[in-house]
Amino acid sequence: MSALVNHSLILVVLIPLLAAPLCMLFGNRAVAFWISFFASLFALILSLHLLLMVIDGDVLSYHLGGWAPPLGIEYRVDAANALVLLIVSAISTVVLPYARVSIKDEIAEHHHTLFFACYMLCFTGLLGVAITGDAFNVFVFLEISSLSTYVLVALGANKDKRALSAAYDYLILGTIGATFFVIGLGLIYMSTGTLNMVDLSQRLAPLEDNKTVRTAFAFIVIGMGLKIAIYPLHRWLPGAYTYAPSAISAFLAATATKVAIYVVLRFMFSVFSAKFGFELDTVRLIFFPFAIIAMFAASLIAVYQVNLKRLLAYSSIAQIGYMLLGVALFSSAGLTATMAHLFNHAITKGAMFMAVGAIIMRIGSPLLPKMAGLGRQMPWTSAAIVLGGLSLIGVPGTAGFVSKWLLLTAAFQQGYWFIALLIVASSLLAVIYVWKCVETLYLTPSTSNVAVAEAPLSLLVPTYVLVIATIWFGLDASTITVASQTAAESLIGGGYGGEATVMGVEGRK
Amino acid sequence: MDHHLILRAITKILVAPILLYGLYVQFHGDFGPGGGFQAGVIFAVGFILYGTVFGLRNLRDKVPDYVVHRFVALGLLIYAGTGVVNLFQGGNFLDYNVMAQKGYQGQHWGIIAVELGVGVTVFAVMLAIYYAFAGRPPQINDEDW
Repeated sequence: MSALVNHSLILVVLIPLLAAPLCMLFGNRAVAFWISFFASLFALILSLHLLLMVIDGDVLSYHLGGWAPPLGIEYRVDAANALVLLIVSAISTVVLPYARVSIKDEIAEHHHTLFFACYMLCFTGLLGVAITGDAFNVFVFLEISSLSTYVLVALGANKDKRALSAAYDYLILGTIGATFFVIGLGLIYMSTGTLNMVDLSQRLAPLEDNKTVRTAFAFIVIGMGLKIAIYPLHRWLPGAYTYAPSAISAFLAATATKVAIYVVLRFMFSVFSAKFGFELDTVRLIFFPFAIIAMFAASLIAVYQVNLKRLLAYSSIAQIGYMLLGVALFSSAGLTATMAHLFNHAITKGAMFMAVGAIIMRIGSPLLPKMAGLGRQMPWTSAAIVLGGLSLIGVPGTAGFVSKWLLLTAAFQQGYWFIALLIVASSLLAVIYVWKCVETLYLTPSTSNVAVAEAPLSLLVPTYVLVIATIWFGLDASTITVASQTAAESLIGGGYGGEATVMGVEGRK
Repeated sequence: MDHHLILRAITKILVAPILLYGLYVQFHGDFGPGGGFQAGVIFAVGFILYGTVFGLRNLRDKVPDYVVHRFVALGLLIYAGTGVVNLFQGGNFLDYNVMAQKGYQGQHWGIIAVELGVGVTVFAVMLAIYYAFAGRPPQINDEDW
């Protein structure tokens, strides 16, 4: 048991990584599911344990291969990435049982084991990106998760061939993003000769005016910006979320962009000194306008969508705007809001995409007009969409309210009352598109005479786990706020680079 | 199968040395140039040559798709499994030093094991790519879209 805890930093990534080939070796759909599920559950327990270990502001470190950093690869956990690990593994554990049922209708039978193997690889990649303390290792895991994501999105082609072009779009833009990121890494490696994040931050400190380093910073932020889908770089996102299999839409919407945001935060605050982005005002000038444009433009586009999955995808882009706004405020309170919104938006959007997936399974179409009057026939699923929608708007009592409240407070703290006004105004746009769903589901009379059954329990239960979490974390805001606060302190206060407890065996120098 | 006598004869002569050379590159990898990646490619080339000359169907009969898929997974499992063995031996993940009495001997064992994993996966992935390209339907029908 103690060995398990001692090596928990590596095991959280290793177990899902081992699960992927095991799924393929057994080649049986049921076995593959159970292997993935247990791997995911195991990762969830470990990341929960890790979060509890670092919630007081401690930092944990693990030396891979027995070589001490900066020579060897290091995994390093503080509250910020422990929180991201928890988001990823929790969502994955909830989505997997849902996927077991939902893919039956969406993906050809002989692809099911491959689906689970790919899912596990994607999961491994996302966890790895979050946990690693080595800049190049981030790139490697990013590619693992991205490549498997492209495949997972393309698997939607069984139902709608447009999934192929959506996956291809994502492939091209995602690869450009990853290339920019690795160019940035190359430039900082050239200027400093190291790739360990803590070591980098020390060596980059005196290089603030170095043009190469500044260029590297630009490349890294833009490269990850593509992965985050910051407003003008969001082209891949609606297609990918719309045409991917339902379970994958839920998983990606809840995790992939969040992990990318975490990477930007980590590089901005822990690797480059925070001064870098903010005293030069570059990031402020870029992030502020784009975050606000995202909040409004993407919400406006969402209002006009007929395809419910696409509507939710645009709403995700708008929500990413809120997360970036928290970063642009450049304060501990702003970052707290960002970290809390990562979590709250993950559970909200995960629940909504899963509910929409259940509707699609029953009526075979994601188009809103086809869903007219479904509120009576699928009461539970429709209620899940409404509750998720309330959280998107930020109605008190839901998780969305907590993070929006934190964001508003952060804006007021800095005296940006105008920004606070914009946050409220853009929430009104969310009211419009959520109302559109409510209107279709409950107030429009059904057009078809075919009776539609309520979604099966196997889909409803995972959906409601997240819906209840949305309400729970809306009522009990303290848990997630405390975790986010510690995370923000660790990012902005440089706690990440401080003394760390070495887990496992101390590496050779 | 009466055509291309020369090609067929030469292929039959070449396949075995190619595979042998692949194994040499694999197991000599920790002393000289080479390693799992190159070895996997070379080893796969032997099969691909056979498939190109004698037909994809013949190759697929001998090395069916499900075997290739299993090998892709097996390689990764060998690599990660080596790390797990190190964990059980009391070291960190992929700390080869604990694999033998002396640290440098352990490093040798570790490298050989993980390179074998790399080789197996690369070999299988090369074959899978070859199958995917060579075995694609010659024409996509309108109704397939």
